[in-house]
Amino acid sequence: MVYLTRKAEFSASHYYHSPEFTPEENRRVFGKCNNPNGHGHNYTLEVTVKGEVDPRSGFVVDLKQLKEIMHREVLDAMDHRFLNKEVPEFMTKIPTTENIAIAVWQRLRPKLQQAQLHRVRVYETPDLFVDFYGED
Amino acid sequence: MKAHLTRRYLFSASHRLNSPEMSVDENLATYGKCNNPHGHGHNYALEVTVSGPVDATTGMVCNLVDLDDCVEREVLSRYHLENLNARKEFAVTVPTTENLCIEIFEILQRSFPDAHLERVRLEETMMNSFEYTGNNWVRR
Repeated sequence: MVYLTRKAEFSASHYYHSPEFTPEENRRVFGKCNNPNGHGHNYTLEVTVKGEVDPRSGFVVDLKQLKEIMHREVLDAMDHRFLNKEVPEFMTKIPTTENIAIAVWQRLRPKLQQAQLHRVRVYETPDLFVDFYGED
Repeated sequence: MKAHLTRRYLFSASHRLNSPEMSVDENLATYGKCNNPHGHGHNYALEVTVSGPVDATTGMVCNLVDLDDCVEREVLSRYHLENLNARKEFAVTVPTTENLCIEIFEILQRSFPDAHLERVRLEETMMNSFEYTGNNWVRR
């Protein structure tokens, strides 16, 4: 088994707000992130797939295909977007780094055939990242 | 759904590697420049990884402000700009980065109940780092 990781970057804005909280609770729990005008980050995405090395190609996965899938399924939807308003998942879920990692996993998982998705890592900033290994 | 969250912190401290169980010559042979009696310092980078279900209401594994407060109070305020050998936990135990990594893991396991502590990773320099997950070691 070999693990392969591909990185990508996207920039987006978001804010944190739960309809289940009062305005005071939202401000207390989410602090500055509750500003409804939003704020932005340069996110770094790391997608790790795993599989056996194909004896003919020497590949775990066709990198070009993986890059295309990441672009089509994730970057085209999230890069230079206001996540709360433009990405369907975040109209009902708060676009925390945790939920972004889960959304990326759910977008990529059904599109990958050759290799198995192992981990999605999303850096919100260089000092904060979330890993998601699937729903099990 | 379970996710892992990692936060990175910086602190600077000095230490000297010297074991009371070894002779002067053995200490010098074992620790080399790190045995300098006057000590020396590092800029440490600490990575704390916690895990747990993502809360359906907040979208979070745990509140980052609470994690930051805990690490600041329990770890950074204890070690930042300090001489590690002067701490009681390193009065006998040699303050290698291995032992510091274990100590920080145990401190956080005691003091941060909001999520499961998965891993403490400590970079002594850009070239070496240590990880402790509570029961096994990985050295890079």
